[in-house]
Amino acid sequence: MTGIDVESIRSDFPILKRRVRDDKPLIYLDNAATSQKPVEVLDAERTYYETSNAAAHRGAHQLAEEATEAYELARAQVAGFVGADASNIVFTKNATESLNLAAYAFANATALSRWGTSVDPRFVLQPGDSVVVTEMEHHANLVPWQEVCAKTGASLRWVPLTDDGRLELAGLDGIIDASTKVVSVVHQSNILGTINPVVEIMAKAHAVGAVGVVDACQSIPHLPVDVSALGADLVAWSGHKMLGPTGIGLLYGTAEILDAMPPFLTGGSMIATVEMERSTYAAAPQKFEAGVPMVAQAVGLGAAVNYLERLGMAQVAAHEQVLTAYSLMAIGKIPGVRIIGPRAAVDRGSAISFVVAGIHPHDVGQVLDNMGIAVRVGHHCAWPTCRRFGVPATTRISPYIYNDLNDIDALVEGIVEAQRFFKVAS
Amino acid sequence: MSLESLYQDIILDHYKYPRGRGLMESPLGTAFHVNPTCGDEIDMQVATSEDGGLLIGYEGTGCSISQASASVLYELVQGRPVADAEGIRLAFVDLMHSKGHADPDEEVLGDAIAFVGVAKYPARIKCALLPWMALQDAEIKGGLMSEPGSDQE
Repeated sequence: MTGIDVESIRSDFPILKRRVRDDKPLIYLDNAATSQKPVEVLDAERTYYETSNAAAHRGAHQLAEEATEAYELARAQVAGFVGADASNIVFTKNATESLNLAAYAFANATALSRWGTSVDPRFVLQPGDSVVVTEMEHHANLVPWQEVCAKTGASLRWVPLTDDGRLELAGLDGIIDASTKVVSVVHQSNILGTINPVVEIMAKAHAVGAVGVVDACQSIPHLPVDVSALGADLVAWSGHKMLGPTGIGLLYGTAEILDAMPPFLTGGSMIATVEMERSTYAAAPQKFEAGVPMVAQAVGLGAAVNYLERLGMAQVAAHEQVLTAYSLMAIGKIPGVRIIGPRAAVDRGSAISFVVAGIHPHDVGQVLDNMGIAVRVGHHCAWPTCRRFGVPATTRISPYIYNDLNDIDALVEGIVEAQRFFKVAS
Repeated sequence: MSLESLYQDIILDHYKYPRGRGLMESPLGTAFHVNPTCGDEIDMQVATSEDGGLLIGYEGTGCSISQASASVLYELVQGRPVADAEGIRLAFVDLMHSKGHADPDEEVLGDAIAFVGVAKYPARIKCALLPWMALQDAEIKGGLMSEPGSDQE
């Protein structure tokens, strides 16, 4: 249907050959939670451990040199993938840590300023200042900002949603105003699938002098994204949702903002000089990478980037667009099923949430699981978003490169089977 | 494993027709428990009758397993002496930790024996336990039970 050869891709993912729940073939539709890993990612990690394992950025022996080289090569690969320079890419444990790194810059600068340390005033918050998010944030881009506000006296504001699961942008000028010091928004919602106009929102943030942050966890694995074109100061995402290993996340920052931010985790590797009384810090990105880094994960992520670049992100996006349009149509026409989020395949990704009248999402998921279909059920770490739509939870599919229309047909059969099993009139 | 082993008819019946659902006016103790991974909620209330029997009030939202479990809880412990209710509660907790290999005593657990299949699904054990954990908490808050471990020497 597009330039993506699903059969060939599937053969690269050993786990997709698995059978589950009494020998049923696995249909994996939970990629917004985490993607599966192609064999070349697994091989890259294994080869690194078998040939070059050492602590990167310390030591002068040959293995240490090779490990450092492998780690920095991975940084360059990731940077190239998103149109950035390697010096603008910080490796973290996961996207949650990336977003905390951003949020703690404000909390730490505010604390440091009280005791006379010179800090960039953009990061110092006080009562009367505001922090802006949206009502569709993942908890990882909401709770850290709540904490920042509690520590500094700043107020949290959010952009509300329309009934169709879009941002209510009409009142944006009243939300992002002269009091706003930071605007942190999700690029593509993990629960609604909505793709937000982040370029426009970042421009508004900069117009009032606020720092702009984008959570790109659900966009970078699925769309061609040039981080510098988003207009954001900071962009956070994770490795494991884009075919890479768990345990590695990313933070892109402009050179100027990374230089201005105080460090987050402190300790080894991130210093310039250390005396008993005080220390000075390395330049970014090392300033934000305390401790022995996760080289194997970085190497695995580099292999994942190669894999996606070979497919072509434009092809990946086109493939997902077909899956999204078909899924919205096929799920949307089942009687008793309500899609939570945009119903049109415009400015939305493949994460599709829905509720089935009379059946709790857990129970829908259980029936699907029994048929070998893996979906996510629950509030998807976006509890306030569920509340906004008056549902305690949803069932969510999130197809990716190795899914095809047959998988969606199986899902539809599964939903109808759940209605039959729970004796819900469809 | 068949769906029917998880969702036995007894469970679906309690889910569709919950017994004793509703809150009371003046409970001795209340506990609101949520399952933070899925958002299931239960509001559990306890009081005692003049003859010392346990009285239960509850409300909740959530999946069939969590809500049916609350209904079965009501049926099993309503009006029973507090010590008997605790014995039933512990038997249910044991059943949920049996990995599905238990041979539950219907004399003690009544309709709750239908939950034996739930114990084979680790992700759903929390659902079944939610009202029972709330019961323990409500009893502690209502002074009907001491904190776990506090009575140990």
